[in-house]
Amino acid sequence: MIRVQNITKRFGEFPALHGIDLEVKPGEFIALLGPSGSGKTTLLRIIAGLEFQDSGEVFFHDEDVSSVGVGERQVGFVFQHYALFRHMTVAENVAFGLTVRKAKNRPAKSVIKARAEELLRLVQLDGLGSRYPGQLSGGQRQRVALARALAIEPRLLLLDEPFGALDAKVRKDLRRWLKDLHRQMGLTSIFVTHDQEEALELADRVVVMDHGVIEQIGTPEQVYMEPATPFVARFVGETNQLPASDGKDMLHVRPHDLEIVAADGDAVLVDNVFRKGGCWRVEGTLTGGGKVVEIDLDASRPAPSPGETVLIRPRRSKIFAQTGA
Amino acid sequence: MSRQHSTSEGRAARLGLIALALLFLGFFLVLPLLAVFSEALKQGLGAFIDAVKNPDALAAIRLTLLIAAISVPLNMVFGVAASWAITKFRFPGRNLLVTLIDLPFSVSPVVSGLIFVLLFGANGYLGPWLAAHGVKIIFAVPGIVLATVFITFPFVARELIPLMMEQGKDDEEAAISLGANGWQTFWHVTLPNIRWGLLYGVLLCNARAMGEFGAVSVVSGHIRGETNTMPLHVEILYNEYDFVGAFAVASLLAALALVTLVVKSLLEWRFDLHSGAKH
Amino acid sequence: MPTTTFRRPDWRAPSVLPGFGLTFGFTLAWLTLIVLIPLATIFLRSAGMGWHEFVAVGFSHRALAAYRLSFGTAAAAGLVNALFGLLVAWVLVRYSFPGKRVVSALVDLPFALPTAVAGIALTAIYAPTGWIGQYLEPLGIKVAFTPIGITIALVFIGLPFVVRSVEPVLADLGHDVEEAAATLGANRVQTFSQVIFPAIAPALVTGFALAFARGVGEYGSVIFISGNMPGKTEIAPLLIVTQLEQYAYAGATAIATVMMLVSFVILFGLNTWQAVRRRRLGA
Repeated sequence: MIRVQNITKRFGEFPALHGIDLEVKPGEFIALLGPSGSGKTTLLRIIAGLEFQDSGEVFFHDEDVSSVGVGERQVGFVFQHYALFRHMTVAENVAFGLTVRKAKNRPAKSVIKARAEELLRLVQLDGLGSRYPGQLSGGQRQRVALARALAIEPRLLLLDEPFGALDAKVRKDLRRWLKDLHRQMGLTSIFVTHDQEEALELADRVVVMDHGVIEQIGTPEQVYMEPATPFVARFVGETNQLPASDGKDMLHVRPHDLEIVAADGDAVLVDNVFRKGGCWRVEGTLTGGGKVVEIDLDASRPAPSPGETVLIRPRRSKIFAQTGA
Repeated sequence: MSRQHSTSEGRAARLGLIALALLFLGFFLVLPLLAVFSEALKQGLGAFIDAVKNPDALAAIRLTLLIAAISVPLNMVFGVAASWAITKFRFPGRNLLVTLIDLPFSVSPVVSGLIFVLLFGANGYLGPWLAAHGVKIIFAVPGIVLATVFITFPFVARELIPLMMEQGKDDEEAAISLGANGWQTFWHVTLPNIRWGLLYGVLLCNARAMGEFGAVSVVSGHIRGETNTMPLHVEILYNEYDFVGAFAVASLLAALALVTLVVKSLLEWRFDLHSGAKH
Repeated sequence: MPTTTFRRPDWRAPSVLPGFGLTFGFTLAWLTLIVLIPLATIFLRSAGMGWHEFVAVGFSHRALAAYRLSFGTAAAAGLVNALFGLLVAWVLVRYSFPGKRVVSALVDLPFALPTAVAGIALTAIYAPTGWIGQYLEPLGIKVAFTPIGITIALVFIGLPFVVRSVEPVLADLGHDVEEAAATLGANRVQTFSQVIFPAIAPALVTGFALAFARGVGEYGSVIFISGNMPGKTEIAPLLIVTQLEQYAYAGATAIATVMMLVSFVILFGLNTWQAVRRRRLGA
């Protein structure tokens, strides 16, 4: 179990993290999700021991590791740009964590070699051990970086934007593969991402962060369906903000939670209609307020046409008091 | 009629500009180079070989090699250490430190020699104390080494700092997170990453260390066979109207310069090292 | 479980990488011993001699003539280099021709060739009996042992500064701005003078300043071709050496101080100007 307790970190005048508490259960796959500057990478690096908190503690099980060096924490860290050693072969990269051990803890050469091969098989790169990182594709490099991190038998796997530098197709394949691998190994893992889709697809629980604080911790379902704050509602999935009936608060409604009704709804002037996957995406403006509204309608039914005025009503919504937003 | 490209010069203008540039370079760079070798061989290969085999010339060659062998490694170690401190850590005054390291480039070679005379010479701050203890720095080998180290001080550091800045510290952090200690990280990760840049800096440092004239001239005392480096020996022979001798020794230095240029260019093409304004 | 405690000075940002104390300490110590203390002695000596003596020896007639010569020839050589350095950089960046790589490598020759070697080679060419000098002599043109000879030596020394400053900027400029200018109806001359030149002018100024600063302090390549006549062809660095040989330490120190201050002011001004420009252009 990993426990982060009241972590605070400043970079000069810039507060990067403020009072962060987080518990990760053994075997969990956690996503730290947030925009750039939200502090998610800083938190990951503090858990790894690559960065130092100003105050607060990090516990691995019940051991306070705040003063344990990164080399002794036994964490596997996968860097955003992989940080593969260019002058070493793939196999040497994977074996590095074992070859630099002190002589008394170092496995025999043959054991190290076998272990590297085994790991390369695990990440489906068997046979590429004698290549250099420069000869591999982005997705392959990513998997070498993962194998290298796994070689030290980490207690915890940390991944910084693991798919950030890959193109869309590879990204998708690798995502599925990583999820399978996690299921297979059951290694406690935390990854950082700014892509909500990625977080919702992969993680057991998502930690949504903004401006150095945690906005919400929850399962993908909870974060999407029950956003705790306006920020989460806006950042995770698409959302419309409509004035509530009391005129003060804001109603957050997903595009697919809006329906067109015959009477007793808000009037929307349709500007534009196009097909978006299995539904019609209707873009319009609220008459009176001028606010832009996006609606997803079942594509099996006829769509309204631009210029028409329709009445809409939310099927479900979330109200936030006007203050925080 | 050839169609003129809107964003390029016509063929005639292009050829004209190339010809003009080559003519300029021919006059100012190639001609002096040719002059060195042709003057050295003016009286035949025999005279050239005799001039190089002259005991004073050999002593000058030995001294030059010795000076480079001492000062280049010193500046290499300094350059690596300074680049590590400056590029892997953030601390106030970092930019000032870089500026101070570059300082010797903006000092005239003669002044670079003078400062050591003022410090260690007979009339210098430490001169009387050194004389009382029988230590000779000025007009001796230590003074030449000091002046050379000063002159070549920034070469390695200024080559490595931009390179290591660009490489960042991900690789080092990765190594540390995998359990490597500081030395292992440096030897197995950092050094391989910077080796060609380091070689490049050392190459330029060495060329300057062997060829430095002004600073060394001020501190050496020009004692034949003792404190005469190759460039100083060139001057002495030239002033004695031994032109073949002067140009023979000079041609060795010119050959060193050519080798330096060839290796430097190879490094630039092969490893994409930048070739910005260097001193 | 072994633990490491992180003790670090408060003034630097923490890092997991080791070796800061060792490398920073060594850097600072070596810098102080080799560069800072020796350079400080020259100012200490100057300060110790009193204002009147400083002016008397640092600005004597002979010293003033030497400054005039050094600064004048360095400026003239800098201008020649600005013009031809730009041409060479242009040709190297824009055109392809056989042997281009060799030519490009050769531009760095003045950095690699020992200055004394350059000095005697140039003298061999431009002396009255030299390769070119023998043809100029009958025309009444004297090069060696005159300020023209000094300027030629400084052109040799300064050329790579201009070429290597301008080259990367010219290469970065890209064809698209020129194409944009062309689509807007500019002709080639207008494009060069209004689009290209303003973009590379700062690099040209930088190259000029570096070549100038180097030229003012240059010694080895100049003394053979300069003739070294006090008041006429005696450059400032040579005057320092002459003073030293006559054990006139005060004179040598004062002249060195003046030269050093001038070159620091030039380089400081250059840096400030560049910083201001960068901020204004938001780069």
